Amino acid sequence: MSTPANVNRIGLTSADYKGSKSTLCPGCGHDAITGSIIQAAFELGLEQHKVAKMSGIGCSSKTPAYFLGRSHSFNAVHGRMPSVATGAYLANRELIMMGVSGDGDSASIGLGQFLHLVRRNVPIVYIIENNGVYGLTKGQFSATADVGTRAKSGQVNEMMPIDLCEMAIQLGCGFVARSFSGDPKQLRPLLKAAFSHRGTSVLDVISPCVTFNNHEGSTKSYTNAKEHDAPLHEVSFIPHFENIEIDYAPGESREVTLHDGSRIVLKKLEDDYDPTDRMRAIDTIERGRIENRFATGLLYQSKGSASLGEDLGLVDEPLASLPLDRVRPPREVLEAIMAGLMTGGGA
Amino acid sequence: MSAIDNRFTIHVATVNGSGSQTANTTLLRALFQMGIPVSGKNLFPSNIAGLPTWFTIRANDQGYIARIKRYDLLVALNPETSVADVTAMGPGSVLIVADGLPMPAVPSDRTLYKVPFTKLVEPLVADAKLRKLVVNMIYVGVVSWLLNIDPDEVDRALVAQLGKKPKALEMNRAAVQAGIKYAEEHMKRTPFQARRADRTTGKILIDGNQAAALGALFGGVTFLSWYPITPSSSLAEQLEGFLARYRRDPQTGKATYAVIQAEDEISAIGMVLGASWAGARAMTTTSGPGLSLMTEFTGYAYYAEIPAVIWDIQRIGPSTGLPTRTSQADILSVAFLSHGDTKHVILFPATVQDCYEYGMRAFDLAERLQTPVFVLSDLDIAMNTWMSQPFRYPENPWDRGKVLNAEDLERVKKFERYRDVDGDAIPYRTLPGTNHPLAAYFTRGSGHDEAARYTESSEAYPRVMDRLARKFETARTLVPAPFVEKVSGAEIGLIAFGSTHHAMDETRDKLRAEGMPTSYLLLRAYPFPEEIERFIRGHQRIYVVEQNRDAQMAALLRMEYPELAPRIRSVLHYDGLPIDAESILNGVRAIERPSEVTTR
Repeated sequence: MSTPANVNRIGLTSADYKGSKSTLCPGCGHDAITGSIIQAAFELGLEQHKVAKMSGIGCSSKTPAYFLGRSHSFNAVHGRMPSVATGAYLANRELIMMGVSGDGDSASIGLGQFLHLVRRNVPIVYIIENNGVYGLTKGQFSATADVGTRAKSGQVNEMMPIDLCEMAIQLGCGFVARSFSGDPKQLRPLLKAAFSHRGTSVLDVISPCVTFNNHEGSTKSYTNAKEHDAPLHEVSFIPHFENIEIDYAPGESREVTLHDGSRIVLKKLEDDYDPTDRMRAIDTIERGRIENRFATGLLYQSKGSASLGEDLGLVDEPLASLPLDRVRPPREVLEAIMAGLMTGGGA
Repeated sequence: MSAIDNRFTIHVATVNGSGSQTANTTLLRALFQMGIPVSGKNLFPSNIAGLPTWFTIRANDQGYIARIKRYDLLVALNPETSVADVTAMGPGSVLIVADGLPMPAVPSDRTLYKVPFTKLVEPLVADAKLRKLVVNMIYVGVVSWLLNIDPDEVDRALVAQLGKKPKALEMNRAAVQAGIKYAEEHMKRTPFQARRADRTTGKILIDGNQAAALGALFGGVTFLSWYPITPSSSLAEQLEGFLARYRRDPQTGKATYAVIQAEDEISAIGMVLGASWAGARAMTTTSGPGLSLMTEFTGYAYYAEIPAVIWDIQRIGPSTGLPTRTSQADILSVAFLSHGDTKHVILFPATVQDCYEYGMRAFDLAERLQTPVFVLSDLDIAMNTWMSQPFRYPENPWDRGKVLNAEDLERVKKFERYRDVDGDAIPYRTLPGTNHPLAAYFTRGSGHDEAARYTESSEAYPRVMDRLARKFETARTLVPAPFVEKVSGAEIGLIAFGSTHHAMDETRDKLRAEGMPTSYLLLRAYPFPEEIERFIRGHQRIYVVEQNRDAQMAALLRMEYPELAPRIRSVLHYDGLPIDAESILNGVRAIERPSEVTTR
């Protein structure tokens, strides 16, 4: 059965995945990411009522208002979205968790929470809209600012940047990708693939701030990002509900099968990059830093360890909807405990 | 029966980590089993091993089980503190001091026994390491003989604790016997005697944290996140223990709860908000420093209207303070925790029974009111051992508050997250995952209107804030009413809360004997229910008794009832030790009869 081209598998158009109008600066990289999210969600046929959009504080964290208008959303306090997402997921593991954060939110004030979310392997698509600058407070450096990059004020950053992808890989994250807001062709399949991963998937998206970090001397300006973007491969995504073969010549591509049966096909560029090689991934990021370029694509992928929730041995139903008789032990239990406390045998 | 039968205090001075807990529990339980009202207080350092620690058991036939500063019988085992421990004992007291400890001169009106504990335990236990633990049971034998505690009850108490370890039981039994034998041969019975009574029949012994854990268990908690901090850890740990045991699905063995040890208290409260937002019954436990870290999120929960249950087991602050000492000094910071106009609902458990009941009720209130509910316990209630009637099984179902599901939405046809539909200022909420086009809304800590839309409107902001203030008025009608004992003709009204409650009977009996009859109000919640204003109006002078320096509850009462402020005085106690009746009496006397106090 064929569906009209502008309608997805659950009968919605891409316009149905929009939110309210963006209030960010015209030309903001974040709006381009929003566009990719809308398109990816549309193409996947996500059921919006199952999605929980989580964010922190900052320009990036405002964006959940601009997509998936029929999903519940939680705009948390600065840097603390990961903990809220962790709690929400455990309360209802049927939710499709999506987190949108920025470099200030995740690499500075919220670095601890970000790392612990990854460490716990909370199933969430965690998008960092990385512009190396504090936009909403007008242009201060963030912790992902590269060494030697110059602020609009003229100040030069001398401190090492925090690379959230590298840290995520170190902590056992099973899906780590980096992309560029100006490359929707790469970003969209990576986004879609992230939803098929079981566990935390981290997507660090370089997203130039057109107002405070787009000048000459800034390493995260649009021009500089475009020039130094070094794609590792061409990325295609084949969802589990589609039966498509991509025709690459033998040896020309790699294929990665994800938890739900979806597949990522990576077309080789100059090197044959193996995204399942953890040491290679770290090496690639480190070399990129030295050579002043940033590798984009699927940096690292593994089946990984159990996700939070599997770990805890929870019942299949959401904890949130368990009826009283399943969460209040029977009268005899209290009576037995009381008897123990009378005689000293303990509760 | 002599005047001091069943009226004495045993004070045991040992070194932290020396394993005296089983010994002290044995004495406490044996007295309890004899039907004598008792309490046990552990005064311990912030340390794992090596620093001084004391355990005090008070037996009192009148049921006065608060701390008392006068000890009748000392067991001194710690060379570091023995001089001070012995010096603190008054005339008529009995001193059992380990042989060889540094000692001051002991006046002849004290009875002194030097006991060769080490020598007595040597023939009983071969292993030197075990010997250090078992030696404590020698003093159990000595003390039980001196006080005439029924040896069968001592044995029962021992079996209850060690019954599952037969080897340890036999060793400890032998040590108790050795102590009894030594006492028989070298001592004479003290004037303080334990006589069988009937004041504890059917009662339990429990600490407040365990009681709170049981409350949460039967209240249907589904989510707990916490960060270890004294004195709240034992609440979370005991709850986790109960959950692991009693909350597994009978068919699958899977857990009907999630417990997360968070990376810090910010994360702990963040997880609670997320879980609660998504529909779980969520709680956290903390103390002073952790509470400070939770500040921003609790303001968020107040403004975005998310239920949360937060147990604050108060300890001495500010800063790290005295982590293992009791306090009631978080009242003002909790009442207004957060920047901006914020007011929180607080419950003040006074007894272990309250801890159990608030363990359930805090959830009902939080979900009904869609706001954080703080339970302000304190170290004295939480970690010391108290008698109680057995807890009753909850007869009522839970209250999950105003949650609209898909069918409800289909019926009402309209949903605005922050609209006051019912006139009680409590809006309706939906949970993520609700499959209905009207269900979704945006939760944010930034300015929002009734439809949860972002706004900086100078009309919408005060409208929302005024509704939140009205919601606080609704809370006033839902929180536990105070317990009031009005005495006709009394000019003085005493107000207390939390662990202070336990010293009030004793205080009031003595005040009455001195010609000062008093009424009493046990305050159980903030916002203050209307009975409190009535009580203050009904008395010329009100004494608010509390365990902090700045008279925090009195300040809150003066704020609430400014025209009654001149009636409100304070009795304050803040040295970190549990409050005692004598301190309260002195505080009241100092104001009521200042001339007499100076001559006393």
